[in-house]
Amino acid sequence: MAVKKISKVQPEKFEFSKKNKETADSIIKNYPSGKQQSAVMALLYLAQKQNDNWIPLSAMKYIAKYLDMPYIKVYEVATFYSMYNLTPVGKYFFQVCTTTPCMLRGAYNLVDVCKRKISDEENCLSEDGKTSWLEVECLGACVNAPMLQLNEDYYEDLDPTKLEQIIDKISNDEVPQPGSYRGRLSSEPENTRKTLIGNKNA
Amino acid sequence: MLEDKDRIFQNLYNDFGADLSSAKQRGDWKDTKEICDKGREWIINEIKTSELRGRGGAGFPTGLKWSFAPKEVGSRPHYLVINADESEPGTCKDRDILRFEPHKLIEGCLIASYAVNAHKCYIYIRGEYFNEGQKLQTAINEAYKDGLLGKNSAGTDWELDIYIHYGAGAYICGEETALLESIEGKKGQPRLKPPFPALIGLYGCPTIINNVETISVVPTILRRGGKWFSSLGRPKNTGSKIYCISGNVNNPCNVEEEMGIPLKELIEKHAGGVIGGWDNLKAVIPGGSSMPLLPKETCETIKMDFDACVENKTGLGTAGIVVINKDQDIIKCMARIARFYKHESCGQCTPCREGSGWMWRMLERMAKGEATKDEVDMLLDVTKQIEGHTICAFGEGSSWPVQGLIRNFKDEIIERNKFDPIVKKQKDIPYLVDQHLLEKENA
Repeated sequence: MAVKKISKVQPEKFEFSKKNKETADSIIKNYPSGKQQSAVMALLYLAQKQNDNWIPLSAMKYIAKYLDMPYIKVYEVATFYSMYNLTPVGKYFFQVCTTTPCMLRGAYNLVDVCKRKISDEENCLSEDGKTSWLEVECLGACVNAPMLQLNEDYYEDLDPTKLEQIIDKISNDEVPQPGSYRGRLSSEPENTRKTLIGNKNA
Repeated sequence: MLEDKDRIFQNLYNDFGADLSSAKQRGDWKDTKEICDKGREWIINEIKTSELRGRGGAGFPTGLKWSFAPKEVGSRPHYLVINADESEPGTCKDRDILRFEPHKLIEGCLIASYAVNAHKCYIYIRGEYFNEGQKLQTAINEAYKDGLLGKNSAGTDWELDIYIHYGAGAYICGEETALLESIEGKKGQPRLKPPFPALIGLYGCPTIINNVETISVVPTILRRGGKWFSSLGRPKNTGSKIYCISGNVNNPCNVEEEMGIPLKELIEKHAGGVIGGWDNLKAVIPGGSSMPLLPKETCETIKMDFDACVENKTGLGTAGIVVINKDQDIIKCMARIARFYKHESCGQCTPCREGSGWMWRMLERMAKGEATKDEVDMLLDVTKQIEGHTICAFGEGSSWPVQGLIRNFKDEIIERNKFDPIVKKQKDIPYLVDQHLLEKENA
């Protein structure tokens, strides 16, 4: 289970890049004037992306000023939601879903592979410092279980051997093809489709 | 079984592609202007005739919900919010709609916005669905380019802007008022109701909140008529629904079927049967993890719709069917669900915050056989003290699966947990802090 801890090593300063500033300003425009606080979640994402997949305290202070809201409100949001990483994570961040539907199809075997090939503990960097892993709650792809999320992509219909191959590729800095690893295009029943037959592979 | 021509989501398996031109070929965006020209009253009445019930879990009649929005726009603007924060374990239907049928959703947004007088629509997508959100954004951009959104959306003279708001991994934000808090840039903690969002919602303005699937079926209902939709299924449980069948089945899948289809047919026909055969079935969670599980005997006969599920002391919820066979440890499965709820409790109400952890720890011990017989009743008592004592329905959602387990598998739990703490050889039970008082030399 993810424990929200603030990293002990914090950068002094944080500022959005020019491109992110433009993106941030356009996101703020999505909300009514005076309600710029609504953009805080999107801006935290931007900060996380800009800062190697984690959010330092200085970024929260910066965003608070940017949106003209109290720092504590930004801090509240950053600590409440589980997708904001407050400590450094690997460049390749594996999030394995282990909630019941995935567990029934062997998600804990994937966890064992992660323990063996990445690191013994959750949220610890691997030996080469590039990857880390975390057990997470339902990722909403239960029909394609067991599955995991690598950065932004879903890897579905996995088994331990296939996950080992994925991790091997990652350690060579190759990003494997996301999606189903049993050749499914969607959530259709494999080989035994009984519905929408006229449309099949239209 | 539903005929293919009556299936609303023709592209559920992405046979055609999700782009605008192929969506138009499938009939999306056809006569949108004519539908809106018939007026708000007509749209809402047609949805009432269709007896469409919300597909997000609670099954609230959609037409009725829309009619709660104030008829005239006062000083406060109206908003339409789409709930795409699909996080219920066992459910993955909205993901396929976002990926493969985004134009059904966008067209539905336009019609619904028109019906409830909203000029702005926010679609709240869970943060993990980043790629799905990008696909939806592509579809929204296509629609703007084609004049289907914006100042004069699809020639209806109605101005509509759609924005995507990403969540960040909080299950509770699927609760409608927590979702509003989250859009406002706060922690996702549910609000007390009343006031209901239809009157005081996003930024204190009238807001209608609907699930993705609910909104996506609206254009087809209006094109083919509310009567057509209500002819499917049975009264008050009409239409078709996407069922997600996962767990121990041979071919886990999403399938659109008629309301009230027998559970056995769904599992045997569409999902290729239970692994190890039907006799190897242990239990089924019929509607996402919040709903109490069903034992095998009930699974033989139950029909999958809202009222039939309630009659069998469970609920249709989101129609996320999780099949559990006899190779699994049912107590462990439920303990894992309890852990999910412990992790996702927002922490606002004490019974839920403390109780969800309590239930999880007790179930973990029960799975290992370290509990006493009396604790089974104590666990049931704990669930009763959570249920109904919280601001939102999370309290029910977390305690119902545990109640379902105890109701159906109490014997099995007791069989495994015969611990009597007074017996001397078992004195090292860690949770019993007063154990030493029972030992003779200290007495």
